[in-house]
Amino acid sequence: MPLSSEQESINLARRHRKARLFTLICGMVTWSGVLLLAVLLYQVSIDGFRWLDWQFIDSFPSRFPERAGIKSALVGTLWLIGLVALISIPVGVSTALYLEEFAGKGKIAKIIEVNIANLAGVPSIVYGILGLAIFVRYMALERSLVSGALTMSLLILPVIIIASREAIKTVPMSIRYAAYSLGATKWQTTWAHVLPASFPGIMTGVILALSRAIGETAPLIMIGALTFVAFLPEGPMDSFTALPIQIYNWVSRPQEEFHQLAAAGIIILLAVLLLMNATAIYIRNKTERRLK
Amino acid sequence: MSEFQDPDMSAPGTKMHKKSVLELRDVSIFYTENQAVKDVSFNIRRNKITAIIGPSGCGKSTLLRSLNRMNDFVEGARVEGELLFADENLYGKDVDPVEVRRRIGMVFQKPNPFPKSIYNNIAWGPVINGYNDSTDELVEKSLKQAALWDEVKDRLHESALNLSGGQQQRLCIARALAMEPEVLLMDEPCSALDPISTAHIEDLMFELKQRYTIVIVTHNMQQAARISDYTAFMEMGDLIEFNVTKRIFTRPAVKRTEEYVTGRFG
Repeated sequence: MPLSSEQESINLARRHRKARLFTLICGMVTWSGVLLLAVLLYQVSIDGFRWLDWQFIDSFPSRFPERAGIKSALVGTLWLIGLVALISIPVGVSTALYLEEFAGKGKIAKIIEVNIANLAGVPSIVYGILGLAIFVRYMALERSLVSGALTMSLLILPVIIIASREAIKTVPMSIRYAAYSLGATKWQTTWAHVLPASFPGIMTGVILALSRAIGETAPLIMIGALTFVAFLPEGPMDSFTALPIQIYNWVSRPQEEFHQLAAAGIIILLAVLLLMNATAIYIRNKTERRLK
Repeated sequence: MSEFQDPDMSAPGTKMHKKSVLELRDVSIFYTENQAVKDVSFNIRRNKITAIIGPSGCGKSTLLRSLNRMNDFVEGARVEGELLFADENLYGKDVDPVEVRRRIGMVFQKPNPFPKSIYNNIAWGPVINGYNDSTDELVEKSLKQAALWDEVKDRLHESALNLSGGQQQRLCIARALAMEPEVLLMDEPCSALDPISTAHIEDLMFELKQRYTIVIVTHNMQQAARISDYTAFMEMGDLIEFNVTKRIFTRPAVKRTEEYVTGRFG
Protein backbone atom coordinates (compact mmCIF):
# COMPACT_ATOMS: atom_id res chain seq x y z
CA MET A 1 0.00 0.00 0.00
CA PRO A 2 1.43 3.43 -0.89
CA LEU A 3 2.24 5.81 1.91
CA SER A 4 -0.11 8.69 2.50
CA SER A 5 1.43 12.04 1.72
CA GLU A 6 1.28 12.92 5.43
CA GLN A 7 3.26 9.85 6.42
CA GLU A 8 5.64 10.53 3.63
CA SER A 9 6.43 14.06 4.73
CA ILE A 10 7.02 12.93 8.33
CA ASN A 11 9.26 10.23 7.01
CA LEU A 12 11.14 12.64 4.81
CA ALA A 13 11.64 15.12 7.64
CA ARG A 14 13.11 12.38 9.78
CA ARG A 15 15.47 11.31 7.04
CA HIS A 16 16.63 14.87 6.54
CA ARG A 17 17.23 15.20 10.28
CA LYS A 18 19.37 12.08 10.22
CA ALA A 19 21.39 13.38 7.31
CA ARG A 20 22.00 16.69 9.09
CA LEU A 21 23.05 14.90 12.26
CA PHE A 22 25.52 12.77 10.34
CA THR A 23 27.00 15.82 8.60
CA LEU A 24 27.33 17.52 11.98
CA ILE A 25 29.16 14.57 13.53
CA CYS A 26 31.55 14.25 10.60
CA GLY A 27 32.26 17.96 10.70
CA MET A 28 32.94 17.92 14.43
CA VAL A 29 35.33 15.01 14.15
CA THR A 30 37.22 16.71 11.34
CA TRP A 31 37.44 20.05 13.11
CA SER A 32 38.54 18.51 16.39
CA GLY A 33 41.60 17.17 14.58
CA VAL A 34 42.33 20.55 13.05
CA LEU A 35 41.78 22.25 16.40
CA LEU A 36 44.20 19.92 18.12
CA LEU A 37 46.82 20.68 15.52
CA ALA A 38 46.22 24.40 15.91
CA VAL A 39 46.64 24.20 19.69
CA LEU A 40 49.83 22.23 19.22
CA LEU A 41 51.24 24.73 16.75
CA TYR A 42 50.24 27.61 19.02
CA GLN A 43 51.92 26.05 22.03
CA VAL A 44 55.08 25.33 20.09
CA SER A 45 55.22 28.82 18.65
CA ILE A 46 54.73 30.45 22.05
CA ASP A 47 57.62 28.45 23.44
CA GLY A 48 59.90 28.48 20.49
CA PHE A 49 59.59 31.73 18.60
CA ARG A 50 61.69 33.67 21.06
CA TRP A 51 64.68 31.49 20.24
CA LEU A 52 64.16 31.40 16.55
CA ASP A 53 66.77 33.55 14.89
CA TRP A 54 69.68 33.18 12.55
CA GLN A 55 72.00 32.53 15.46
CA PHE A 56 69.86 29.49 16.36
CA ILE A 57 70.02 28.11 12.86
CA ASP A 58 73.70 28.84 12.41
CA SER A 59 75.07 27.49 15.72
CA PHE A 60 76.16 24.11 16.88
CA PRO A 61 74.62 22.60 20.01
CA SER A 62 75.99 23.85 23.29
CA ARG A 63 75.39 23.26 26.95
CA PHE A 64 74.54 26.95 27.28
CA PRO A 65 71.06 27.42 25.90
CA GLU A 66 71.69 30.95 24.63
CA ARG A 67 74.54 29.69 22.49
CA ALA A 68 72.95 26.45 21.37
CA GLY A 69 71.79 26.04 17.79
CA ILE A 70 70.53 23.51 15.35
CA LYS A 71 73.02 23.79 12.51
CA SER A 72 74.49 20.29 12.65
CA ALA A 73 71.07 18.67 13.07
CA LEU A 74 69.55 20.60 10.19
CA VAL A 75 72.43 19.81 7.86
CA GLY A 76 72.39 16.19 9.05
CA THR A 77 68.69 15.91 8.26
CA LEU A 78 69.16 17.39 4.80
CA TRP A 79 72.00 14.96 4.10
CA LEU A 80 69.95 12.09 5.40
CA ILE A 81 66.87 12.90 3.35
CA GLY A 82 68.93 13.39 0.23
CA LEU A 83 70.59 10.01 0.64
CA VAL A 84 67.34 8.29 1.54
CA ALA A 85 65.73 9.72 -1.60
CA LEU A 86 68.66 8.56 -3.72
CA ILE A 87 68.39 5.03 -2.36
CA SER A 88 64.69 4.52 -1.86
CA ILE A 89 63.20 6.12 -4.97
CA PRO A 90 64.97 3.99 -7.60
CA VAL A 91 64.59 0.80 -5.58
CA GLY A 92 60.98 1.46 -4.62
CA VAL A 93 59.76 2.56 -8.03
CA SER A 94 61.57 -0.29 -9.78
CA THR A 95 60.02 -2.78 -7.40
CA ALA A 96 56.58 -1.33 -7.97
CA LEU A 97 57.05 -1.45 -11.74
CA TYR A 98 58.26 -5.01 -11.57
CA LEU A 99 55.35 -6.14 -9.44
CA GLU A 100 52.73 -4.33 -11.51
CA GLU A 101 54.02 -4.73 -15.03
CA PHE A 102 56.33 -7.69 -15.19
CA ALA A 103 55.83 -10.16 -12.36
CA GLY A 104 52.44 -11.43 -13.48
CA LYS A 105 49.96 -12.86 -11.04
CA GLY A 106 51.98 -15.84 -9.85
CA LYS A 107 52.40 -17.19 -6.38
CA ILE A 108 55.76 -15.53 -5.80
CA ALA A 109 54.39 -12.13 -6.72
CA LYS A 110 51.57 -12.72 -4.26
CA ILE A 111 54.00 -13.64 -1.50
CA ILE A 112 56.12 -10.54 -2.15
CA GLU A 113 52.98 -8.41 -2.15
CA VAL A 114 51.74 -9.69 1.20
CA ASN A 115 55.16 -9.28 2.74
CA ILE A 116 55.52 -5.71 1.58
CA ALA A 117 52.15 -4.89 3.08
CA ASN A 118 53.27 -6.48 6.33
CA LEU A 119 56.60 -4.65 6.32
CA ALA A 120 54.76 -1.34 6.11
CA GLY A 121 53.34 -2.10 9.54
CA VAL A 122 56.58 -3.07 11.30
CA PRO A 123 57.52 -0.61 14.10
CA SER A 124 60.38 1.66 13.15
CA ILE A 125 62.50 0.58 16.11
CA VAL A 126 62.68 -2.88 14.57
CA TYR A 127 64.18 -1.38 11.45
CA GLY A 128 66.63 0.39 13.74
CA ILE A 129 67.76 -2.91 15.23
CA LEU A 130 68.04 -4.39 11.75
CA GLY A 131 70.09 -1.40 10.60
CA LEU A 132 72.34 -1.68 13.61
CA ALA A 133 72.97 -5.38 12.99
CA ILE A 134 73.42 -5.24 9.24
CA PHE A 135 74.72 -1.83 8.23
CA VAL A 136 76.55 -0.61 11.33
CA ARG A 137 78.03 -3.91 12.52
CA TYR A 138 78.02 -6.50 9.74
CA MET A 139 78.79 -4.21 6.82
CA ALA A 140 80.94 -2.08 9.11
CA LEU A 141 79.53 1.19 7.83
CA GLU A 142 79.84 2.59 11.35
CA ARG A 143 77.47 5.14 12.77
CA SER A 144 77.51 7.05 9.53
CA LEU A 145 75.02 8.88 7.37
CA VAL A 146 75.00 5.91 5.01
CA SER A 147 73.94 3.55 7.77
CA GLY A 148 71.19 5.93 8.75
CA ALA A 149 70.06 6.45 5.18
CA LEU A 150 70.01 2.74 4.41
CA THR A 151 68.00 2.04 7.55
CA MET A 152 65.54 4.81 6.80
CA SER A 153 65.25 3.58 3.22
CA LEU A 154 64.26 0.14 4.45
CA LEU A 155 61.70 1.77 6.67
CA ILE A 156 60.00 3.77 3.94
CA LEU A 157 60.42 1.40 1.02
CA PRO A 158 57.13 -0.42 1.66
CA VAL A 159 55.28 2.89 1.66
CA ILE A 160 56.91 3.99 -1.59
CA ILE A 161 56.25 0.64 -3.22
CA ILE A 162 52.61 0.51 -2.23
CA ALA A 163 51.95 4.10 -3.27
CA SER A 164 53.78 3.65 -6.57
CA ARG A 165 51.85 0.49 -7.35
CA GLU A 166 48.59 2.29 -6.76
CA ALA A 167 49.73 5.08 -9.08
CA ILE A 168 50.78 2.60 -11.75
CA LYS A 169 47.46 0.80 -11.47
CA THR A 170 45.58 3.95 -12.35
CA VAL A 171 47.21 4.12 -15.79
CA PRO A 172 44.49 2.81 -18.10
CA MET A 173 45.16 -0.45 -19.93
CA SER A 174 44.12 1.25 -23.17
CA ILE A 175 47.33 3.30 -23.09
CA ARG A 176 49.39 0.13 -22.80
CA TYR A 177 47.45 -1.52 -25.61
CA ALA A 178 47.97 1.52 -27.80
CA ALA A 179 51.71 1.25 -27.29
CA TYR A 180 51.80 -2.51 -27.85
CA SER A 181 49.79 -2.17 -31.04
CA LEU A 182 52.56 0.04 -32.42
CA GLY A 183 55.11 -2.69 -31.96
CA ALA A 184 56.46 -1.51 -28.62
CA THR A 185 58.07 -3.92 -26.24
CA LYS A 186 56.92 -4.12 -22.67
CA TRP A 187 59.88 -2.09 -21.51
CA GLN A 188 59.31 0.65 -24.10
CA THR A 189 55.67 0.81 -23.11
CA THR A 190 56.50 1.02 -19.44
CA TRP A 191 59.25 3.58 -19.79
CA ALA A 192 57.57 5.90 -22.27
CA HIS A 193 53.96 5.75 -21.11
CA VAL A 194 53.24 3.94 -17.88
CA LEU A 195 55.95 5.61 -15.84
CA PRO A 196 55.29 9.21 -16.99
CA ALA A 197 51.55 8.78 -16.58
CA SER A 198 51.94 7.50 -13.04
CA PHE A 199 54.64 10.02 -12.12
CA PRO A 200 52.40 12.46 -10.21
CA GLY A 201 51.02 9.65 -8.04
CA ILE A 202 54.47 8.23 -7.43
CA MET A 203 55.77 11.66 -6.42
CA THR A 204 53.00 12.01 -3.87
CA GLY A 205 53.84 8.65 -2.34
CA VAL A 206 57.55 9.39 -2.28
CA ILE A 207 57.11 12.72 -0.56
CA LEU A 208 54.78 11.30 2.06
CA ALA A 209 57.30 8.56 2.73
CA LEU A 210 60.21 10.99 2.95
CA SER A 211 58.21 13.17 5.30
CA ARG A 212 57.79 10.20 7.52
CA ALA A 213 61.52 9.55 7.41
CA ILE A 214 62.29 13.14 8.40
CA GLY A 215 60.39 12.79 11.63
CA GLU A 216 61.60 9.34 12.60
CA THR A 217 63.74 9.21 15.72
CA ALA A 218 63.79 5.66 16.99
CA PRO A 219 65.78 3.96 14.22
CA LEU A 220 68.36 6.74 14.25
CA ILE A 221 68.85 6.43 17.99
CA MET A 222 69.16 2.70 17.52
CA ILE A 223 71.89 2.93 14.92
CA GLY A 224 73.61 5.53 17.04
CA ALA A 225 73.21 8.87 15.43
CA LEU A 226 74.95 11.15 17.91
CA THR A 227 73.15 13.61 20.07
CA PHE A 228 75.95 16.07 20.41
CA VAL A 229 77.62 16.91 17.12
CA ALA A 230 79.67 20.06 16.89
CA PHE A 231 80.71 19.66 13.28
CA LEU A 232 79.06 19.29 9.90
CA PRO A 233 79.15 15.98 8.04
CA GLU A 234 81.25 16.32 4.93
CA GLY A 235 80.54 13.01 3.29
CA PRO A 236 78.18 10.07 3.56
CA MET A 237 80.60 8.19 5.81
CA ASP A 238 80.63 10.86 8.53
CA SER A 239 78.73 10.55 11.74
CA PHE A 240 75.80 12.87 12.13
CA THR A 241 72.78 13.96 14.07
CA ALA A 242 69.32 14.86 12.85
CA LEU A 243 66.55 17.25 13.83
CA PRO A 244 64.34 14.83 15.75
CA ILE A 245 67.31 13.56 17.73
CA GLN A 246 68.41 17.05 18.66
CA ILE A 247 64.86 17.88 19.69
CA TYR A 248 64.61 14.69 21.70
CA ASN A 249 67.87 15.50 23.42
CA TRP A 250 66.79 19.02 24.34
CA VAL A 251 63.42 17.90 25.62
CA SER A 252 65.02 15.38 27.93
CA ARG A 253 67.12 18.02 29.69
CA PRO A 254 65.85 19.48 32.93
CA GLN A 255 66.32 23.19 32.12
CA GLU A 256 63.30 25.09 30.88
CA GLU A 257 65.40 26.95 28.27
CA PHE A 258 66.24 23.73 26.50
CA HIS A 259 62.57 22.82 26.28
CA GLN A 260 62.03 26.10 24.51
CA LEU A 261 64.94 25.34 22.22
CA ALA A 262 63.25 22.04 21.43
CA ALA A 263 60.11 23.96 20.46
CA ALA A 264 62.19 26.12 18.15
CA GLY A 265 63.68 22.97 16.68
CA ILE A 266 60.20 21.61 16.07
CA ILE A 267 59.33 24.77 14.15
CA ILE A 268 62.39 24.23 11.94
CA LEU A 269 61.42 20.59 11.42
CA LEU A 270 57.89 21.57 10.45
CA ALA A 271 59.22 24.20 8.10
CA VAL A 272 61.42 21.65 6.34
CA LEU A 273 58.44 19.31 6.08
CA LEU A 274 56.17 21.99 4.69
CA LEU A 275 58.80 23.02 2.19
CA MET A 276 59.13 19.45 0.98
CA ASN A 277 55.40 18.95 0.65
CA ALA A 278 55.02 22.23 -1.18
CA THR A 279 57.75 21.21 -3.62
CA ALA A 280 56.04 17.89 -4.18
CA ILE A 281 52.68 19.48 -4.85
CA TYR A 282 54.31 21.96 -7.21
CA ILE A 283 56.06 19.23 -9.18
CA ARG A 284 52.93 17.11 -9.23
CA ASN A 285 50.70 19.89 -10.49
CA LYS A 286 53.22 20.85 -13.11
CA THR A 287 53.56 17.35 -14.50
CA GLU A 288 49.85 16.70 -14.26
CA ARG A 289 49.12 19.73 -16.36
CA ARG A 290 51.65 18.62 -18.92
CA LEU A 291 49.95 15.24 -19.14
CA LYS A 292 46.49 16.72 -19.44
CA MET B 1 24.68 -14.04 -60.30
CA SER B 2 28.05 -13.22 -61.76
CA GLU B 3 28.15 -9.82 -60.11
CA PHE B 4 28.32 -11.63 -56.80
CA GLN B 5 31.00 -13.98 -57.90
CA ASP B 6 34.14 -13.39 -56.00
CA PRO B 7 37.12 -13.68 -58.32
CA ASP B 8 39.28 -14.39 -55.35
CA MET B 9 37.40 -17.35 -53.97
CA SER B 10 39.85 -19.70 -55.61
CA ALA B 11 41.57 -22.46 -53.72
CA PRO B 12 44.75 -21.84 -51.74
CA GLY B 13 47.93 -22.22 -53.75
CA THR B 14 46.63 -20.74 -56.99
CA LYS B 15 47.77 -17.42 -58.31
CA MET B 16 44.66 -15.64 -57.16
CA HIS B 17 45.28 -16.84 -53.69
CA LYS B 18 48.14 -14.36 -53.31
CA LYS B 19 45.60 -11.61 -53.13
CA SER B 20 45.09 -12.69 -49.56
CA VAL B 21 47.11 -11.02 -46.87
CA LEU B 22 45.83 -13.06 -43.97
CA GLU B 23 44.49 -16.56 -44.13
CA LEU B 24 42.56 -18.00 -41.24
CA ARG B 25 42.40 -21.78 -41.13
CA ASP B 26 40.30 -23.49 -38.49
CA VAL B 27 41.04 -20.77 -35.98
CA SER B 28 39.69 -21.48 -32.51
CA ILE B 29 40.19 -19.15 -29.57
CA PHE B 30 39.69 -20.10 -25.95
CA TYR B 31 39.50 -18.10 -22.76
CA THR B 32 40.67 -20.69 -20.25
CA GLU B 33 37.85 -23.21 -20.76
CA ASN B 34 35.45 -21.06 -22.76
CA GLN B 35 35.64 -21.32 -26.51
CA ALA B 36 35.02 -17.86 -27.94
CA VAL B 37 35.78 -18.62 -31.59
CA LYS B 38 35.14 -22.00 -33.23
CA ASP B 39 37.00 -23.29 -36.28
CA VAL B 40 36.80 -20.13 -38.30
CA SER B 41 38.32 -20.12 -41.79
CA PHE B 42 38.37 -17.29 -44.31
CA ASN B 43 40.83 -15.13 -46.19
CA ILE B 44 41.44 -11.42 -45.83
CA ARG B 45 42.17 -9.76 -49.12
CA ARG B 46 44.71 -7.14 -49.95
CA ASN B 47 43.48 -3.55 -50.36
CA LYS B 48 39.96 -4.51 -49.41
CA ILE B 49 37.86 -3.78 -46.41
CA THR B 50 36.67 -6.87 -44.62
CA ALA B 51 33.94 -6.39 -42.05
CA ILE B 52 33.21 -8.79 -39.23
CA ILE B 53 29.66 -8.45 -37.97
CA GLY B 54 27.50 -10.29 -35.50
CA PRO B 55 25.60 -9.87 -32.24
CA SER B 56 27.38 -8.96 -28.98
CA GLY B 57 29.53 -11.74 -27.61
CA CYS B 58 29.78 -13.57 -30.93
CA GLY B 59 33.57 -13.53 -30.78
CA LYS B 60 34.20 -10.94 -33.46
CA SER B 61 36.40 -8.68 -31.37
CA THR B 62 38.24 -11.68 -29.99
CA LEU B 63 38.92 -12.87 -33.51
CA LEU B 64 40.14 -9.42 -34.54
CA ARG B 65 42.49 -9.16 -31.60
CA SER B 66 43.98 -12.52 -32.46
CA LEU B 67 45.08 -11.13 -35.83
CA ASN B 68 47.85 -9.03 -34.30
CA ARG B 69 48.31 -11.05 -31.15
CA MET B 70 46.70 -8.53 -28.85
CA ASN B 71 45.04 -11.52 -27.21
CA ASP B 72 48.42 -12.33 -25.72
CA PHE B 73 47.62 -9.78 -23.02
CA VAL B 74 44.42 -11.51 -21.99
CA GLU B 75 45.11 -14.01 -19.30
CA GLY B 76 44.19 -17.55 -20.26
CA ALA B 77 43.61 -16.77 -23.93
CA ARG B 78 44.75 -19.51 -26.29
CA VAL B 79 44.66 -19.72 -30.08
CA GLU B 80 44.47 -22.93 -32.08
CA GLY B 81 44.54 -23.43 -35.82
CA GLU B 82 46.55 -21.46 -38.31
CA LEU B 83 46.68 -17.75 -38.96
CA LEU B 84 48.84 -17.28 -42.02
CA PHE B 85 50.40 -13.90 -42.62
CA ALA B 86 52.79 -13.84 -45.58
CA ASP B 87 52.71 -17.64 -45.48
CA GLU B 88 53.88 -17.73 -41.90
CA ASN B 89 51.78 -18.75 -38.93
CA LEU B 90 51.31 -15.74 -36.66
CA TYR B 91 51.36 -18.10 -33.71
CA GLY B 92 54.44 -20.01 -34.82
CA LYS B 93 57.17 -20.71 -32.32
CA ASP B 94 59.77 -18.29 -33.62
CA VAL B 95 57.37 -15.46 -34.40
CA ASP B 96 57.96 -12.36 -32.32
CA PRO B 97 54.59 -10.82 -31.37
CA VAL B 98 56.20 -7.37 -31.22
CA GLU B 99 57.16 -7.74 -34.88
CA VAL B 100 53.63 -8.89 -35.71
CA ARG B 101 52.11 -5.83 -34.08
CA ARG B 102 54.52 -3.56 -35.89
CA ARG B 103 53.27 -4.88 -39.22
CA ILE B 104 49.60 -5.26 -38.33
CA GLY B 105 48.29 -2.08 -36.77
CA MET B 106 45.20 -1.55 -34.68
CA VAL B 107 42.64 1.12 -33.90
CA PHE B 108 40.59 0.55 -30.79
CA GLN B 109 36.98 1.00 -29.87
CA LYS B 110 37.57 3.96 -27.62
CA PRO B 111 40.02 6.57 -28.86
CA ASN B 112 43.16 6.05 -26.79
CA PRO B 113 45.70 8.73 -27.66
CA PHE B 114 48.76 8.90 -25.45
CA PRO B 115 48.58 11.74 -22.93
CA LYS B 116 51.24 13.54 -24.94
CA SER B 117 51.37 16.04 -27.77
CA ILE B 118 49.72 15.32 -31.10
CA TYR B 119 53.16 15.23 -32.69
CA ASN B 120 54.57 12.73 -30.22
CA ASN B 121 51.53 10.51 -30.49
CA ILE B 122 52.47 9.87 -34.09
CA ALA B 123 56.25 10.02 -33.98
CA TRP B 124 56.73 7.68 -31.04
CA GLY B 125 55.86 4.40 -32.74
CA PRO B 126 58.19 4.82 -35.70
CA VAL B 127 60.99 6.18 -33.51
CA ILE B 128 61.02 3.24 -31.11
CA ASN B 129 61.04 0.96 -34.12
CA GLY B 130 64.21 2.55 -35.42
CA TYR B 131 62.85 5.15 -37.84
CA ASN B 132 65.54 7.79 -38.19
CA ASP B 133 64.40 10.01 -41.03
CA SER B 134 62.75 13.32 -40.32
CA THR B 135 59.71 12.67 -38.20
CA ASP B 136 58.28 16.07 -39.22
CA GLU B 137 57.47 14.76 -42.66
CA LEU B 138 56.16 11.50 -41.32
CA VAL B 139 53.84 13.26 -38.89
CA GLU B 140 52.51 15.51 -41.62
CA LYS B 141 52.01 12.64 -44.03
CA SER B 142 50.25 10.46 -41.48
CA LEU B 143 47.96 13.25 -40.34
CA LYS B 144 47.09 14.03 -43.95
CA GLN B 145 46.29 10.40 -44.62
CA ALA B 146 43.99 10.42 -41.62
CA ALA B 147 42.36 13.65 -42.83
CA LEU B 148 43.31 15.46 -39.67
CA TRP B 149 46.18 17.65 -40.82
CA ASP B 150 44.19 20.80 -41.58
CA GLU B 151 42.53 20.75 -38.18
CA VAL B 152 45.67 20.32 -36.12
CA LYS B 153 48.61 21.65 -38.13
CA ASP B 154 48.84 24.78 -35.99
CA ARG B 155 48.84 22.95 -32.70
CA LEU B 156 50.94 19.87 -33.22
CA HIS B 157 52.62 20.35 -29.89
CA GLU B 158 49.46 20.67 -27.88
CA SER B 159 48.15 17.74 -25.91
CA ALA B 160 46.22 15.18 -27.90
CA LEU B 161 43.69 15.04 -25.08
CA ASN B 162 42.38 18.47 -26.06
CA LEU B 163 41.03 17.07 -29.33
CA SER B 164 37.40 16.04 -29.75
CA GLY B 165 36.50 12.36 -29.70
CA GLY B 166 36.33 12.11 -33.48
CA GLN B 167 39.62 13.92 -33.89
CA GLN B 168 41.22 11.68 -31.29
CA GLN B 169 40.10 8.62 -33.18
CA ARG B 170 41.52 9.98 -36.42
CA LEU B 171 44.72 10.72 -34.53
CA CYS B 172 44.78 7.07 -33.45
CA ILE B 173 44.35 6.08 -37.08
CA ALA B 174 47.16 8.43 -38.09
CA ARG B 175 49.31 6.95 -35.35
CA ALA B 176 48.70 3.46 -36.69
CA LEU B 177 49.32 4.58 -40.29
CA ALA B 178 52.65 6.13 -39.38
CA MET B 179 53.92 2.58 -38.93
CA GLU B 180 52.93 1.80 -42.53
CA PRO B 181 51.19 -1.37 -41.45
CA GLU B 182 50.36 -4.05 -43.95
CA VAL B 183 47.00 -4.59 -42.33
CA LEU B 184 44.96 -2.18 -40.25
CA LEU B 185 42.60 -3.72 -37.71
CA MET B 186 39.74 -1.58 -36.47
CA ASP B 187 37.71 -2.67 -33.48
CA GLU B 188 34.38 -0.81 -33.67
CA PRO B 189 36.24 2.43 -34.36
CA CYS B 190 33.10 4.54 -34.55
CA SER B 191 31.07 3.20 -31.67
CA ALA B 192 32.11 6.02 -29.36
CA LEU B 193 31.65 8.73 -31.98
CA ASP B 194 28.85 10.98 -33.18
CA PRO B 195 27.39 10.53 -36.70
CA ILE B 196 29.48 13.30 -38.26
CA SER B 197 32.75 11.92 -36.94
CA THR B 198 31.61 8.47 -38.03
CA ALA B 199 31.02 9.71 -41.58
CA HIS B 200 34.49 11.27 -41.50
CA ILE B 201 36.09 8.00 -40.58
CA GLU B 202 34.08 6.01 -43.11
CA ASP B 203 35.20 8.38 -45.88
CA LEU B 204 38.69 7.97 -44.63
CA MET B 205 38.52 4.20 -44.85
CA PHE B 206 37.60 4.42 -48.54
CA GLU B 207 40.73 6.47 -49.09
CA LEU B 208 42.88 4.17 -47.05
CA LYS B 209 42.00 0.97 -48.80
CA GLN B 210 43.96 2.14 -51.83
CA ARG B 211 47.05 1.50 -49.79
CA TYR B 212 46.09 -0.65 -46.86
CA THR B 213 44.16 -3.76 -46.07
CA ILE B 214 41.51 -3.09 -43.47
CA VAL B 215 39.65 -5.44 -41.19
CA ILE B 216 36.86 -3.79 -39.24
CA VAL B 217 34.65 -5.16 -36.52
CA THR B 218 31.38 -3.33 -36.33
CA HIS B 219 28.10 -3.49 -34.56
CA ASN B 220 26.55 -1.31 -37.14
CA MET B 221 25.24 -3.29 -40.11
CA GLN B 222 24.62 -0.21 -42.22
CA GLN B 223 28.23 0.67 -41.73
CA ALA B 224 29.39 -2.77 -42.82
CA ALA B 225 27.12 -2.57 -45.87
CA ARG B 226 28.36 0.91 -46.73
CA ILE B 227 32.07 0.49 -46.46
CA SER B 228 33.16 -3.11 -46.72
CA ASP B 229 33.97 -5.30 -49.69
CA TYR B 230 33.71 -8.55 -47.79
CA THR B 231 31.67 -9.44 -44.78
CA ALA B 232 32.00 -12.22 -42.27
CA PHE B 233 28.94 -12.89 -40.16
CA MET B 234 29.58 -14.59 -36.84
CA GLU B 235 27.29 -15.91 -34.17
CA MET B 236 28.19 -17.67 -30.91
CA GLY B 237 31.79 -18.10 -32.04
CA ASP B 238 30.87 -19.71 -35.35
CA LEU B 239 31.46 -18.17 -38.72
CA ILE B 240 28.00 -18.41 -40.23
CA GLU B 241 28.76 -16.90 -43.56
CA PHE B 242 31.57 -15.16 -45.39
CA ASN B 243 31.10 -13.54 -48.76
CA VAL B 244 31.27 -10.34 -50.73
CA THR B 245 29.34 -7.72 -48.82
CA LYS B 246 26.74 -7.12 -51.50
CA ARG B 247 25.85 -10.76 -51.43
CA ILE B 248 25.60 -10.94 -47.65
CA PHE B 249 23.24 -8.02 -47.55
CA THR B 250 21.06 -8.88 -50.52
CA ARG B 251 21.02 -12.62 -51.03
CA PRO B 252 22.74 -14.37 -48.14
CA ALA B 253 23.10 -18.11 -48.42
CA VAL B 254 22.20 -18.81 -44.83
CA LYS B 255 18.84 -17.96 -43.35
CA ARG B 256 20.39 -16.86 -40.05
CA THR B 257 22.45 -14.24 -41.86
CA GLU B 258 19.37 -12.88 -43.52
CA GLU B 259 17.57 -12.65 -40.21
CA TYR B 260 20.47 -10.76 -38.71
CA VAL B 261 21.10 -8.30 -41.52
CA THR B 262 17.41 -7.51 -41.79
CA GLY B 263 17.40 -6.73 -38.08
CA ARG B 264 15.25 -9.55 -36.86
CA PHE B 265 17.61 -10.22 -33.96
CA GLY B 266 20.89 -9.09 -32.46
